[in-house]
Amino acid sequence: MKLTVWTYEGPPHVGAMRVATGMTGLHYVLHAPQGDTYADLLFTMIERRNHRPPVTYTTFQARDLGADTAYLFKDAATAAYERFKPEAMIVGASCTAELIQDDPGGLAETLGLPIPAIPLELPSYQRKENFGADETFFQIVRALAKPMEKTARVTANLIGPTGLGFRHRDDIVEVTGLLMDMGIEVNVVAPMPASPSDIAKMGQAHFNVLMYPETAETAARYMEREFGQPYSKTVPIGVGATRDFVKEVAEIAGVEPVLDESRLRMPWYSASVDSTYLTGKRVFLFGDGTHVAACARIARDEMGFEVVGMGCYNREQARMLRGLAKDYGVEALITDDYLEVERRIEELAPELILGTQMERHIGKRLGIPCAVISAPVHVQDFPARYSPQMGIEGANVIFDTWVHPLVMGLEEHLLTMFREDFEFHDEAGASHHGHKAKLREIGISDGAENETVSPQQAQVSTGPVEIVWLPAAEKELKKIPFFVRGKAKRNTETFASERGVSEISVDTLYEAKAHYAR
Amino acid sequence: MTEQFAPPPSRGCSGTPVLKERGQHEVFCGLTGIIWLHRKMQDAFFLVVGSRTCAHLLQSAAGVMIFAEPRFATAILEETDLAGMADAQQELDRVVSELLARRPDIKQLFLVGSCPSEVIKLDLAKAAERMSAQFAPNVRVLSYSGSGIETTFTQGEDACLSAMVPVLPQTDARELLLVGALPDVVEEQAIGLLEAMGIGPIRVLPASRVNDEYGIGANTLYALTQPFLTDTHEALQRRGANHIAAPFPFGEEGTTQWLRAIADQFGVSEAKFAEVTDAPRARARKAVAQASEAIMGKSVFFFPDSQLEIPLARFLTRECGMEAVEVGAPFIHKAVMTPDLDLLAEGPVIAEGQDVDRQLDRCRAAQPDLTVCGLGLANPLEADGLTTKWAIELVFTPVHFYEQAGDLAGLFSRPVRRRALLKVEAAE
Repeated sequence: MKLTVWTYEGPPHVGAMRVATGMTGLHYVLHAPQGDTYADLLFTMIERRNHRPPVTYTTFQARDLGADTAYLFKDAATAAYERFKPEAMIVGASCTAELIQDDPGGLAETLGLPIPAIPLELPSYQRKENFGADETFFQIVRALAKPMEKTARVTANLIGPTGLGFRHRDDIVEVTGLLMDMGIEVNVVAPMPASPSDIAKMGQAHFNVLMYPETAETAARYMEREFGQPYSKTVPIGVGATRDFVKEVAEIAGVEPVLDESRLRMPWYSASVDSTYLTGKRVFLFGDGTHVAACARIARDEMGFEVVGMGCYNREQARMLRGLAKDYGVEALITDDYLEVERRIEELAPELILGTQMERHIGKRLGIPCAVISAPVHVQDFPARYSPQMGIEGANVIFDTWVHPLVMGLEEHLLTMFREDFEFHDEAGASHHGHKAKLREIGISDGAENETVSPQQAQVSTGPVEIVWLPAAEKELKKIPFFVRGKAKRNTETFASERGVSEISVDTLYEAKAHYAR
Repeated sequence: MTEQFAPPPSRGCSGTPVLKERGQHEVFCGLTGIIWLHRKMQDAFFLVVGSRTCAHLLQSAAGVMIFAEPRFATAILEETDLAGMADAQQELDRVVSELLARRPDIKQLFLVGSCPSEVIKLDLAKAAERMSAQFAPNVRVLSYSGSGIETTFTQGEDACLSAMVPVLPQTDARELLLVGALPDVVEEQAIGLLEAMGIGPIRVLPASRVNDEYGIGANTLYALTQPFLTDTHEALQRRGANHIAAPFPFGEEGTTQWLRAIADQFGVSEAKFAEVTDAPRARARKAVAQASEAIMGKSVFFFPDSQLEIPLARFLTRECGMEAVEVGAPFIHKAVMTPDLDLLAEGPVIAEGQDVDRQLDRCRAAQPDLTVCGLGLANPLEADGLTTKWAIELVFTPVHFYEQAGDLAGLFSRPVRRRALLKVEAAE
């Protein structure tokens, strides 16, 4: 048993629902108890779909368990076929039905439906949502796609987009544009928004663009093996990665690498003097492996941030991310426990968090700005406006999104200059974050209450030496603007402990400041 | 003082044959009750023993409550737990010790059963007993099931409260017990009105802290504030307590009749009753009249969700001038529901259980002006051109008693007003 408060991923059958909901003409018959329909509202509310997900639940109840729940499954599957007349069906069990062992695949076969009924084996007690999506798409491709003669013109399949995917809708448009500029046509985009008959045509493409390894890598490998279709390894998120992607695809397709950069504003924005204050900002990245890897490169090479930590929640990407983290000189955090992520963030005291919905809340708690780079996300990250992460426009979107939560450059200077000011002090908050400004009471000095801080209270434990902040140093620390205070505190403590100093005085603080000056 | 509402219908709906259906149910399971119960019981922790699906459900339903330091969690069953049962009990002990070490402020712990734990017959009652002995007197451990195979949505609260009834002490005191978790502001209003009539002492189930608990006995009189508390009702009857039957306190009429039923038991005079209720009744009538302008004369269709459907249909038809087409409820307990069914004029289909596709067919055929349904159906129906009110809000928003009557009508009229306001059609 594992004690869990919040989870980054749902169970694997939710991954299968993401594939089914993304597709058209496909129906999912899910052997599941009452209540599992909660997952419908992820699609109708968070993604704001205007149709019910194409999922029929058998809704077995306690009183059915003595009798034959298998009949319920058969009836539900027959009724779903009659009502929705899909081109193909996927059938499977949720976690509870897995325990009662009804074998939906075998049962569906005995129904003799005139359409393919593809059985799914999704081990609910071992695997999670991303595995469910990847495995489901793979099984659909394996069942429906066949080797075919290649198209006369150069074509590619885009694979990986699903229902409830972070910016999948707009990434499809952006990548289609990138390929079109090189004269490459898109054959099928799958699973979203393909139909089973589209899947059947996937074999005629020259190669596959693997947009999201989490949800389509198994299918990509299968098609490489069976249909001789190579697949792209670069995910075009960020300027550098988009350029690499274009080169990689041009090589696979045997065409000229063409990239229209006329709308690309991100590199100039990042180079302009207004962005100088971004230099060396300490960022922590967390999310799914693919987005974290891509965003780490943007953070360091395109924004000039310092990457102080990175991690992912999906173990499938752990090896890749561990390798990458080494290049950045940090240790990868592979965990699906948000408390561990929170501890790491607290420890690193970054100035910006790039993460998921959970990290946004961690950031809010710790008072650290955060931008969202990966699922899971709430409704506001399925925006009405065009906002891809991939390609040229994706780079523009990312620049805006990441810079927005930071205190703006000039504001940062003003806060440093007037940090004792009663109207313009650090606790007043940033001008654009929608809090009510808190005036400081005139006449009460900032550090007054700190005079009484006892050494015991101010104790921190970094390493073997117990480090104590002397009251004067504690007071001085308070004068440092809030957005660099965490960094200053950490640096000073590291500086002290490396030198075996156990008491931090004002001098220690400034010696450390001089030591770390850049 | 005279009755200000319409006379009861000559034949209500209590004799109407109920359409019973089974098939796909588009509803939450009882685990969702945890989301409001943990806010109400401030020293309780809810530990679901289940799968990743259960954890994901709670998180999806609790939405932005994330990081408000929730007092609930899931002990996720893993492959190894499914292999041997003795193992699972030991694992549970380990998880609970871990949890109580981290949260020493917890005074009552609920082990909440789920579909997986029920199917593998993990004995949570035994575990709760064992742990109660182990952690006494600091922590009381109880168990109940919120599984989807046994409970629908609000029945989770019923299962939880009915698990608490047997452990309440015995008393002979004549006390009034209000049963059902209500928002604090609403609870205070109800108690305020009753105390103004001289009724007391008044107890509430669930109490906000375990130390605030009281006794139950043959002189206890209790009134339900929520229609879904049927097992709790039966558990209280087993303790000898006496039920005060009444319509549920929605709208001016519901609140007045509910208060009157209690006042009668405590011998409150007509004059006193009028003195206390006349002013808030007038306020409620005025507020409902204003808020219900947009829905007057319109038709309403209820999908099953919370068991609040019948009393709400009674309120909408009698106080807001709506016409009910179908009133679906996940479960209808005749004894508890009769006072409301008696007031609901004959006409609507009364449905229990669900076959969601067939019910959608009936709904589309009827083209009601307002459809009350869950979040999985609301947007798809809106896209079809039907106006919907999502039902979950009716459980989470303060809607009981006089001062909320206008807000309650407002919840139903807002979607209708909005549809009239919007001048751009959605693109297909």
